[in-house]
Amino acid sequence: MTEEAARLPVDILMVGVGGQGIILASRILAHAARAAGYDIKVSEIHGMAQRGGSVVTQVRLGEKVYSPLIPEGEADVILAFEQLEALRWVNYVKNTGTIIVNSQVIYPVPVLAGMSRYPENIPAHLSRRARTIMVDALQKALECGNSRAANVVLLGSLARRMSIPLSYWMNALEACVPARYLEVNRAAFQSGYTL
Amino acid sequence: MKELMTGNEAIARGAYENGVTVGVGYPGTPSTEILENFSRYPGIKAQWAPNEKVALEVGLGASLAGARVLVTMKHVGVNVAADPLMTAAYTGVNGGLVLVSADDPGMHSSQNEQDNRFYARFARIPMFEPSDSQEALDMVGLALQVSEDFDLPVMLRTTTRVAHSQSLVEVKERKEIPLKPYRKDAPKWLMVPAYGRLRRQSLEERLQRLKAYTETTPVNFITWGDRRVGVITSGVSYQYVREAMPGVSILKLGMTHPLPEGLIRQFAAGVEKLVVVEELDPYLEDFVRGLGLEVTGKKIFPAWNEFTPGLIRSRAVAAGLPVPAPDKEEGAASPPRELPPVPGRPPVLCPGCPHRGVFYVLHKLKLLVTGDIGCYTLGGLPPLEGMDTCVCMGASIGMAHGCELADSTLSRRTVAVIGDSTFFHSGITGLLNMVYNGGQGTVIILDNRTTAMTGHQEHPGTGKTLMGEPAPAVDLEALVRALGVSRVRVVDPLKVAELTQAIQEEVACGAPSVIIARRPCALLHREKRPPVMVDREACTGCRSCLKLGCPAISVQDKKAAVEAITCNGCGLCVQVCRFGALKEGGENND
Repeated sequence: MTEEAARLPVDILMVGVGGQGIILASRILAHAARAAGYDIKVSEIHGMAQRGGSVVTQVRLGEKVYSPLIPEGEADVILAFEQLEALRWVNYVKNTGTIIVNSQVIYPVPVLAGMSRYPENIPAHLSRRARTIMVDALQKALECGNSRAANVVLLGSLARRMSIPLSYWMNALEACVPARYLEVNRAAFQSGYTL
Repeated sequence: MKELMTGNEAIARGAYENGVTVGVGYPGTPSTEILENFSRYPGIKAQWAPNEKVALEVGLGASLAGARVLVTMKHVGVNVAADPLMTAAYTGVNGGLVLVSADDPGMHSSQNEQDNRFYARFARIPMFEPSDSQEALDMVGLALQVSEDFDLPVMLRTTTRVAHSQSLVEVKERKEIPLKPYRKDAPKWLMVPAYGRLRRQSLEERLQRLKAYTETTPVNFITWGDRRVGVITSGVSYQYVREAMPGVSILKLGMTHPLPEGLIRQFAAGVEKLVVVEELDPYLEDFVRGLGLEVTGKKIFPAWNEFTPGLIRSRAVAAGLPVPAPDKEEGAASPPRELPPVPGRPPVLCPGCPHRGVFYVLHKLKLLVTGDIGCYTLGGLPPLEGMDTCVCMGASIGMAHGCELADSTLSRRTVAVIGDSTFFHSGITGLLNMVYNGGQGTVIILDNRTTAMTGHQEHPGTGKTLMGEPAPAVDLEALVRALGVSRVRVVDPLKVAELTQAIQEEVACGAPSVIIARRPCALLHREKRPPVMVDREACTGCRSCLKLGCPAISVQDKKAAVEAITCNGCGLCVQVCRFGALKEGGENND
């Protein structure tokens, strides 16, 4: 792919639950995209959302990016770390986009407390909106030696669908992940990348 | 090489590069990371003050003594600091002073959404509004220069989407700025009425000079495009307009107090229809209309909540503004689809959180609970529902006393609940008032040894400073006693029976009392305790344990279930279960 084509705008919505490692995943993505010459904006929400709440990070890449927020219905990719969160944000992805979903289910407290129900058959709802790829990231991460690397498995499967060269991703991993976790995370990334 | 930075990191960098040596503030989303980042640079002093008023006063003192100063707070913090701010405009500065006000449109982590641009107009001080991280960095330098050139504190007003969005910035070396010498100058600094009147007049003169400056400052500029529409905008809205209304003519205002009358008139004369796009109040719009110009703004775009580029485009199109199609290759957004009901995922108290015990008991005792600001405000939400009110930092104690004044029988049914950091911020005076005025209220101080909500900042009770130095830790019991409270007791909030007894006794005692519910934040001190076990035979499926709102507990197949990975082993549910079905994890599980 040519350099020019590589910098077509790409909007990625990363959604999940506080504590799933979305911030690290977005940091690695931004690092790789920066090396590939993209302009970048990343928007996060801190505060109340960190207490086990719904978490969303918006990553926008392009030749020149203005708004840090992605308009609803225009995201190219939703990278969902949990099924219900994919459903919550699904209208943000465009019909021609891609949804990459971790098959993990985390019940929110209103569901645990029996006050509301966790929706059934979420993947079917997702695939009615856009092409949907289910990833058992937790299992893949366990196979690589650490369940906490599920975020990087998901990142690997996103990377596979982007035009940023693999070497940039590898450098980004090295720059963003503490040395003692690097091997596990490299394996996790590869495992997602080759899915 | 450019670096990816949040607006907050860029502000810290801008302060460092431009010779700031003193940074002061109080934590508050979305401002907190500014000072945390600044504290990591060499050759500076950064400190948390107990509240924003003190922070600004320390900042003003450092400016008086000749340093360049950064003072940071969230929007509601400026309410607390408003007293020194209004008069600091009179005294002016010696070293440049920048006050960051981080506003929170949409209330991501706040109790209100106020538009702090009015503070700059109210205090008659200059204000800058960055729209991304590069502007945030650059405007800190500009604001310091303007502060010194015009002898005024300067406000840098950000919003959540500027503070917490990352974009690329060019970093430079630090400029060393020598301390400006202090010379005694009572007519400038001693604001007694006689001198105050002189400075009041001087303030007007300084403002007049600024009105000339704002016409030519490089951060106020016109980009001519399609002349059928001219958009006046500031802050992050500028970025949204660039994306959602490509090609329109734009007057971008980086300096929004004082506003450039001449530039606005020039822009208005060059376009057919004048539109203001600004989040929150019609601050710019009212000014433009006051110039006698025909303008629309809030008729098209909402006056509350935050904007998105999608909202701006759809409202602009609906209002009949000529908005070209976006230049993305595939054009318009895909319309939303109907979805099944999606249960919310509200933030909750963490597993093992010591606050949970307090709110469980307060709910059971059916007390009127005046609450305060912090993680523990989550204790007011279902299923705990152990708090009746939340207004502002420190309000819990004053409100509890007010309840008692209105209805004396309420003193035996009311408690005020306040966190340790919030108590140091502005609870002390409330308690002093209660004691002084013969109140009989009970105050529970939730002492989790940190400022948890904003990410575990140090405070006067923790024994450490922002820069990691050891500090004297205030003795909370002695402090409370010194205010005149003789009934002071410390309890472990995870011991339900003891806590219940303490609250019942203190509420009934007919004297002012303080219960210190002391246990460190579960995120700060991760205790190694085995997860709770469920005896499925003993479980009757009564669901009492669900009233704790613990993320580790659920009921599956009509029996309680505890998720071992999530459970912190705090044992609260073990005490709540009347059937002995929840048991402390065995020692061999350790």
